[in-house]
Amino acid sequence: MKNRRISILALILAFVFMMPHVMKASGHDEGGGVNVKEVMFHHLLDGYGWEVPFSHVYRIPLPVIVRTEDGKWVMFSSSRLTKIEEVTDPATGKVKKEAEPQIVEVEKDGKTYSFLLAHVSKHSNKVVEVFPIDGKEQSDVQSKAASQENEVVEGYVKFDGKYYREYKPFDISITKNVLALFITAIIVTLMVMSVVRYYSRKGMKAPRKGMGFMEMLIDFIYTGMIKSTLGEKAKRYAPFLLTCFFFILTMNLLGLVVIFPGGANLTGNISVTLVLALLVFVATNVTKSKHYWKEIFWPDVPWFLKFPLPIMQFIEIFGIFTKPAALCVRLFANMMGGHMIVITLTLLIFIFASFGAKATSGAVVVSVFFSIFMLALDVLVSFIQAYVFTLLATLFISMSHESGHDHDKSEGEGSAPATLDI
Amino acid sequence: MELFTPDFGLVFWMFVAFMILFFVLWKWGWPMILKNMDERADTIDKGVEYAREAKAQLDSARADAQKYIEEAQKKQAEMLRDAARMKSEIIEEAKKEASEEAKKVMEAAKVSIEQSRKEAELQFRDEVSKFSLEIAEKMVKSQLKDDKAQNELVNKLLDEIENN
Repeated sequence: MKNRRISILALILAFVFMMPHVMKASGHDEGGGVNVKEVMFHHLLDGYGWEVPFSHVYRIPLPVIVRTEDGKWVMFSSSRLTKIEEVTDPATGKVKKEAEPQIVEVEKDGKTYSFLLAHVSKHSNKVVEVFPIDGKEQSDVQSKAASQENEVVEGYVKFDGKYYREYKPFDISITKNVLALFITAIIVTLMVMSVVRYYSRKGMKAPRKGMGFMEMLIDFIYTGMIKSTLGEKAKRYAPFLLTCFFFILTMNLLGLVVIFPGGANLTGNISVTLVLALLVFVATNVTKSKHYWKEIFWPDVPWFLKFPLPIMQFIEIFGIFTKPAALCVRLFANMMGGHMIVITLTLLIFIFASFGAKATSGAVVVSVFFSIFMLALDVLVSFIQAYVFTLLATLFISMSHESGHDHDKSEGEGSAPATLDI
Repeated sequence: MELFTPDFGLVFWMFVAFMILFFVLWKWGWPMILKNMDERADTIDKGVEYAREAKAQLDSARADAQKYIEEAQKKQAEMLRDAARMKSEIIEEAKKEASEEAKKVMEAAKVSIEQSRKEAELQFRDEVSKFSLEIAEKMVKSQLKDDKAQNELVNKLLDEIENN
């Protein structure tokens, strides 16, 4: 058993050691350098299509759904956004495949709409609707672009040397992240439903192994956190908080898997955490607790802090929004940071590749070691962040449902230790 | 900067996905799990309580049994002692009765012996008197064969009577 593990590890290491050469052969590095920023952002950001493992060019096509300028909904496959061309490298003379952007023309109700995956534009890496422009406007824009450093002119997109007028459509495409969201939702549903099915089939029998781990997690969150903090309101908020926890946890962990069902940087995307934070905001503020609103609009502070100038009110109202905002940013920054570090460590190999074999080998050993360490740490962080998010959401909800310590001391004291033992 | 600007499409789908997931789990997922977990926890609590009670009962039953055994042993010892006492009493009584009986028998024997001795005495006396009479008769006969002797004797006897 141990020998087999060691041989597998050796195989992985050998593969990793060969990686720079494979990459060189595939012509990833142009003139010995890698565009670190582009690679990193490509991995951190969303995309129309999902990378196939070990291929730089081919993607799993996904539907692009956009609303055109004149209000028509158009859908087409993301594979049409790029065409695969064989490019000869001028330096080495090797032929390699490259995915080049192209204009997609879609017919809808007798009209042709053109779309482009923008690069030199304000909306880079997004699908925009493009309209060709005539000579006068073209030369105007060209001259304007010449004065700009990055050739970006507001309202226009550069493609194949020419500028087009662009319109950023209403975009609800099934992107990589959206598909990953669906996959995550399905995985969470399956996980939870498997426990439900187990219960309905086996009754009171305690589940074992994976199911037991699921139940342990549920119990850990429900009994250890929700019930002890929210008390009798636990039943009402438990579904939301538990869904949050498992959704975040699954997203976090799936983000660490490099190939297909994983690899999407979901919780490291601010849109995802924003929605979660908004839902927490709603759950917190839709409350009938008079105490909560009184604490905001007329807190127990000396009168001069709240009467002529509503300083406290300002701070408290600000606090309503900062609490979920902090949730949103915390999760986003932690997960994105983790991904960024792992990608940077991996890219280190390619950066060092230009310094010769010795430097590359050294960089490989160091960065593989640190990448593995970081990934292991990220597994921990995945749990911690999911836990912290749920914990803080629970605390915010419990705070907004407190009936006040001045007239109901017993309840206040009952919930206080629960908040302290965290 | 793109990293920090939320994308509408993703926000929209995230909301949809989360809401669907939330609805499904809220409707069919979590309540069952939580209910079942609570029920099981209750059952286990009850089971523990029951086991504790059962153990207490068992302990008390064991103590009771011990007590009964001790009592029974005590009783047994008592009974044995009683039996021993009774045995010796019975033996004593039997002995007494036997000796009394023996005494009675002996007394009866004595009486009968006395009686038979008396009877024998009487018979013996009778026989002795008979024999003595016969002897006397024979002697008298032999001595008083002639008339002279007879006269002499009568005289003698008459002398005697006269002297008296």
